[in-house]
Amino acid sequence: MADLPPLETDPVYRTDALITEDIGAYLEQHQNKGLLRFITCGSVDDGKSTLIGRLLYDSKMIFEDQLAALEADSKRMGTQGQEIDFALLVDGLAAEREQGITIDVAYRFFSTEKRKFIVADTPGHEQYTRNMVTGASTADLAVILVDARKGVLVQTRRHSYLAHLIGIRHIVLAVNKMDLVGYDRARFEQIVANYRAFASGIGIEHFTALPLSGFRGDNITAAPSENTPWYGGPSLIEHLETVELAATAAQERAFRMPVQWVNRPNLDFRGFAGLVASGSVKPGDPVRIVPSGRTSTVARIVSMGGDLEQAVAGQSVTLTLADEVDCSRGDVIAAAGDPPASADQFEATVVWMADEALIPGRAYWLKLATQTVSASIAQPKYEIDVNSREHLAAKVLDLNAIGVAEVTTERPITFEPYDQSRQLGGFILIDKLSNATVGAGMLHFALRRAENVHWQALDVDRAAHAQAKAQQPMVLWFTGLSGSGKSTIANLVEKKLHAAGRHTFLLDGDNVRHGLNKDLGFTEADRIENIRRVGEVARLMTEAGLIVLTAFISPFRAERAMVRSLLAEGEFVEIFVDTPLSVAEERDVKGLYRKARAGKLKNFTGIDSPYERPEAPEMRIDTTTTSPEDAAEAIAARVLGPWSPVL
Amino acid sequence: MRPLTHLQRLEAESIHILREVVAEAQRPVMLYSVGKDSAVMLHLARRAFYPAPPPFPLLHVDTTWKFQAMYALRDRAAHEAGMKLLVHRNPEALERGINPFDHGPLHTDMWKTQGLKQALDLHGFDAAFGGARRDEEKSRAKERIFSFRTASHGWDPKRQRPELWNLYNARKNRGESIRVFPLSNWTELDIWQYIMAEQIEIVRLYIAAERPTVERDGLLLMVDDNRFTLQPGEEVRMRSIRFRTLGCYPLTGAVESRAASLPEVVQEMLLTTTSERQGRAIDKDEGGAGMEKKKQEGYF
Repeated sequence: MADLPPLETDPVYRTDALITEDIGAYLEQHQNKGLLRFITCGSVDDGKSTLIGRLLYDSKMIFEDQLAALEADSKRMGTQGQEIDFALLVDGLAAEREQGITIDVAYRFFSTEKRKFIVADTPGHEQYTRNMVTGASTADLAVILVDARKGVLVQTRRHSYLAHLIGIRHIVLAVNKMDLVGYDRARFEQIVANYRAFASGIGIEHFTALPLSGFRGDNITAAPSENTPWYGGPSLIEHLETVELAATAAQERAFRMPVQWVNRPNLDFRGFAGLVASGSVKPGDPVRIVPSGRTSTVARIVSMGGDLEQAVAGQSVTLTLADEVDCSRGDVIAAAGDPPASADQFEATVVWMADEALIPGRAYWLKLATQTVSASIAQPKYEIDVNSREHLAAKVLDLNAIGVAEVTTERPITFEPYDQSRQLGGFILIDKLSNATVGAGMLHFALRRAENVHWQALDVDRAAHAQAKAQQPMVLWFTGLSGSGKSTIANLVEKKLHAAGRHTFLLDGDNVRHGLNKDLGFTEADRIENIRRVGEVARLMTEAGLIVLTAFISPFRAERAMVRSLLAEGEFVEIFVDTPLSVAEERDVKGLYRKARAGKLKNFTGIDSPYERPEAPEMRIDTTTTSPEDAAEAIAARVLGPWSPVL
Repeated sequence: MRPLTHLQRLEAESIHILREVVAEAQRPVMLYSVGKDSAVMLHLARRAFYPAPPPFPLLHVDTTWKFQAMYALRDRAAHEAGMKLLVHRNPEALERGINPFDHGPLHTDMWKTQGLKQALDLHGFDAAFGGARRDEEKSRAKERIFSFRTASHGWDPKRQRPELWNLYNARKNRGESIRVFPLSNWTELDIWQYIMAEQIEIVRLYIAAERPTVERDGLLLMVDDNRFTLQPGEEVRMRSIRFRTLGCYPLTGAVESRAASLPEVVQEMLLTTTSERQGRAIDKDEGGAGMEKKKQEGYF
């Protein structure tokens, strides 16, 4: 089979002799191996797949039937003449085997006597930055492949920068295809020197450089190979077997466990389940629940095989606490004396991963550890050119773009800077409509801007305004399909409140669209901005003591929630005017449904744009059973009654 | 400092995944095939939610052609875990008498692929745990831990969501469902070691014993019940055999073996030179792209 000598006698790999003679001893040894996750990065021709194929082959992770299939495939595809093409082993999907490129992240497994390895294999193509970031996010180490004939290329710089950005501390510069440059020492040293000059410039202080041939097997398992007697460092495998594991280092830091799930099988048991992000914990340790700040002590570390005496970073555990404190999914249980902070505004690096560009100001779901909150990203401060690392001006971030921007969350989240904790500093962004993962980010630090802007102390404050009008300010937010009857009902309510001596103001599409928002169209971003402005205006009016009525379709839960978060508790009253689409379409007062059905109106709610029904509105009006007059009467009665506590 | 072993880290990762799904999905279910991977997955679920039983049911998509020993263990394991066991048999396949002897690939399609879709739709499950591992097969190596299926249960490898750190996005669109693979990063050896370390009960068929066998089409089949009809020239012979993978008995090839204990089985596995799925007829359809194609059609 080709001219690849299997390294059966090599001591670093599992010895068949031990398995044959003493399987018990072998299993014992394997039982106690550590786990290293690493990523390989390289361009299409750097021989990356061949190197991985070689690692699998040498560690006997390739079986005879797979090898037979591989030989047949190699001949059929003809990419390496009559020789075995290891790349075929790694390039899994039919589509990419035809194109000869790796298009996604693939995970491979092999082990040596000392460690088990999980390799994330990612492509080198520019358009696939997101795949490399994905593969690197769980890696302790990155192997950056360089073709010895070509040296350090733009791609090499890009891969190194991304690996460094994602926080990988161990970088291996694998100068591959040394066989094709005659194992020339000077060539190797020149490449290493070039790389060092570049790496120190981006903050990579240490890296390990190796001269390799994935195809011939030089310096893969043992070093130096016969061809490189001048090389004095470890083999690739020796190096991978000895670098420090990030999970082990995390044990040194303060204890944090994001709560995933509250386990309540009965009234006598309340356990908090989660993966320990950092540090260690023992029964009796004082802990603090963040963000509430309540303290308690750990009572037990519950496990099916019997309670544990200690849990460390990287373990999934269930804790019970000595006191009945409020704690639920999203909270972080932390060392009482050294808890993480909470904030709602951050600077972050954002990697965009979707075809549709990042829309500044739009609300996305942000998931960090076990917290999921609504968040928006401001216009980027700058975009980073991953090849030159230049800062570019940017209005949006397109697919595979990386930028630095401010992130605002609708409520404070518990975090740590990414360079201290991947678990509490890394986040993903989820589109609220498509539910796709559209971006990822790394928090740098919290922006305490709210503390820097000193609100002008108003002598006549909101309480004074409300007192003068002798009413509870509030926003009656009518939401529903076009033609559901929002404006009709809101008008009737306003008349009734006015008659009762209340100070009111009605904001609707007509009076807002023609003035304040006449610069906005009907794209998704504009519709979001429309609602944001209406929300801000409504808030100012409540400061002035008014009862504000708004009548907007406002189809997205996220935008309604955003307005709710602008207002004080109890001042946002969501009234869902619930009319089935068929009924609204039949009424079609303005003839809009007809136009939308004819394709003349785009993004029309209910037709080609969704309406997200309120999950828990303060009031729901079923217009198929309630007349506008009755509805208005019921709403007005509540405004004058239960919704207005005595001032 | 106490470095965790690879098994401890794999266990922690799997438990984390199981808990994320329970926290974020509406109606999760665990697909339970009674094989060794299912046994490990069930054990991890019990650990994840202890002292509560796992807060979801087990679902067995039955073909009526599994080994008898599998049915026995299935019922006992569900009972011991305190979980509800749902068994689904495709009524159309039952009515048409679809069987592996007469119907070839149609048997797998109707009982397993269609049966699974039916069961998930019938109960409205939005997330289903499966025991697949990335080391099993090439297209699995590229599949996400949270793998989305369209309303018709298709898989589109080009539209997979990026999965970063240990942050999983379990949000789905109307009609979509998720297959979740908590054992994605385990290898076959890891599975065996965990079974030994945790003393997890598995079907005895994985361990060698004298069993009635017939050689057919290059596979060594076990005669598990009287529905097995002999073809001319075939004879039933007792051989010491074990199985590396378990499915429908007429489709699952045994290997001749004397490994009568788990360490011996692992010993043979490590010294062996053919991959695990070799004993299954199903992967050989359509050349190398067989599994990828099946998954696009909705096979687990």
